[in-house]
Amino acid sequence: MPVSLKDEAAIAGIGLTEFSKKSGVSELSLAAQCIKAACDDAGVSPSEIDGLVTYTLDSTDEIEVARAVGAADLSFFSRINYGGGAAVGTIAQAAMAIATGQASTVVCYRAMNGRSGKRMGQGVSGEITSSDLIHWSWYMPYGMLIPGSWIAMIANKYMHKYGVTREDLGRVAISQRNHALRNPRAYGYGKPLTMDEYLQSKQIAEPLCLYDFCQETDGGCAILVTSTERARDLKQRPAVIRGVTQASTRGQEQMTSYYRDELLSLPEMELAANRVYAMSGLGPDDIDAACLYDAFTSEIIMQLESFGFCGVGEGKELVREGALDIDGRLPNNTHGGLISEGYIHGMNNIAEGVRLIRGESTGQPSKAVAHVLVSSGVGVPTGAMILGKAD
Amino acid sequence: MSARIKPPMGLDNAWWWQMADAGKLGIQRCRGCQTLRHPPRPMCGECHSLEWDAVEASGRGVICSYTVLRHPQFPGYEYPLIIILVDLEEGTRVTSQLVGCAPEDVDFDLPVEMLIHEDPDGFKLPVFKLAGAA
Ligand SMILES: [Zn+2]
Repeated sequence: MPVSLKDEAAIAGIGLTEFSKKSGVSELSLAAQCIKAACDDAGVSPSEIDGLVTYTLDSTDEIEVARAVGAADLSFFSRINYGGGAAVGTIAQAAMAIATGQASTVVCYRAMNGRSGKRMGQGVSGEITSSDLIHWSWYMPYGMLIPGSWIAMIANKYMHKYGVTREDLGRVAISQRNHALRNPRAYGYGKPLTMDEYLQSKQIAEPLCLYDFCQETDGGCAILVTSTERARDLKQRPAVIRGVTQASTRGQEQMTSYYRDELLSLPEMELAANRVYAMSGLGPDDIDAACLYDAFTSEIIMQLESFGFCGVGEGKELVREGALDIDGRLPNNTHGGLISEGYIHGMNNIAEGVRLIRGESTGQPSKAVAHVLVSSGVGVPTGAMILGKAD
Repeated sequence: MSARIKPPMGLDNAWWWQMADAGKLGIQRCRGCQTLRHPPRPMCGECHSLEWDAVEASGRGVICSYTVLRHPQFPGYEYPLIIILVDLEEGTRVTSQLVGCAPEDVDFDLPVEMLIHEDPDGFKLPVFKLAGAA
C-alpha cells in the first residue's frame, strides 16, 4: 500500500541565526545555533532529534552537528544535491522518514558563510574529473562562472518572447524589498529601493542587473519536522505538510538545461506543481501566499506560470497588477526572500512559509492565509511543498 | 595575466576538446540509431547504445539566446563577454562565445559561423562570429 505524505508530517519549529555578511563563526556553529533555536521554538529538547537532513553543499557533517547540539541516537540522515534545489527536498526526506517510522524528530538545516566564506560561482577546474565537473566544463572555459550568467541565458529568451521588461523584473525586486522593510532580520530592512535605483544599477549578466540577484549571506536556518499528531501537542501551531515532492525532468541539467525543447518554461517546476497539487488535493486557487524560490527576479515571473497562477507568458501581468504585494492576489516572499532578506539557500523561505501559516510574519497579509506554496531552486532539480493549518 | 579555466578531460568529454584543438566543432553521433547529441554522454538515451562516433559540424547556426557578461570580471576572459546559445544547422545546440561583435549588435536569430579561438597558452576553443563578419 503506497504511503501518501499528505498531512503525515508537520513543521513544528523553525530556527534561525542572525543573518550577516560576516558571521565571524564557523558554519558548524551556525548549524548548531539554528538547530537549537528550532528545538526551542518547538519546545523539543535537542536530545530528541533522531534525524538530520541537509544539502550536499553544506560543509557540516551530521554527526558533528549531532554532537554539538547533544543529539543522541540518529536513525535517519540524508542529503540532497543541487544547491537550492535541495530546499524543499530536505523536508520531503523528513516527511518520508516520519511517515514510514524511520525517525520521529527530524531537523532539516542549512548553515553557510555564504558571503565571508565560500561564495557561489567561483569556478571549477583541475585534475579531478566527475560527471558534475564535466557538466560545468561546457560553461567555465567560456567564462560562464556565476549562477547569474547561467540564469540570464534563459531569462533573456523568456523576456524576449513574452515582452517582459526590465521594469517587470524591477517590480519583483521592489515588491520583495518592500516586504523586507518590515523585517528586522532582512538585509533590506531600512533600505527602500526605487525603480530609478533599480534601472540605474550595475549590469551583471544582461538582462540581469545587481538588484535581480539574491543577497550573499552568512547564516543558518533549521526546520524541525515531526508527525502532525505530535506537532498538535507542541508549543507552536503546526504548519502541516499537505503535499511535498522533488522534481527533475527529461533533459535536466544543473542551472543550464539549454539543450531541451522547453527554454521558455520550467518543466521541472511544472512537474513539482502537478505533484503537490495532486497530493494535497488543492489547486492554484487554494494558495493564499507563496515563498517562490528567488535567487533571481526572473525566476519568480516564470514560476507564476509553472504553478498555474496565470497562463503561459502572463506572469508579467500578475506582477504589474501587484499580485506579489502584501495586499495582492499572491503575497510572495513576505520576509523579503533570498533577494532582500538573505540567501540561506531557500531554507529561510520555508521558515517564512511556516510563519505565514502561524500568522506571525512581519509581512502577514490582512487576509486569511490557509495554504502557502514554497518552492526550491529554479533551473535545477527542484521541488515544491504546500503548507496548511492543522484541523 | 592568468588564463581561462580549462575543462577537466574525462573519458566522456576529452574527445570534443581534442577535435577543437584540431580546428573542428564536434557533435557526438549514436552508432545505433544515428541520433546526434550534445553535450556528450556515454549512452544513447534513445536506443541505449554505448557505441558512438563524432561528426564535424558545418559550424553554421543561428543565435537561440545570449547574455552579455559585464561583472564580475575574471582573469583570462575579455569583457564585455557575449555568451550565445547556437542552434546548429545539424539540429543540436551548443553554448559558446560570440567574438568580433559589439554588445549592442547581438540579437536573437542572427546567423553565426564557427571559428577556432586560440589563447596565448595554446588552448583552443570553438567560438562564433556573425555570419559574413570579418
Ligand atoms: Zn541511439
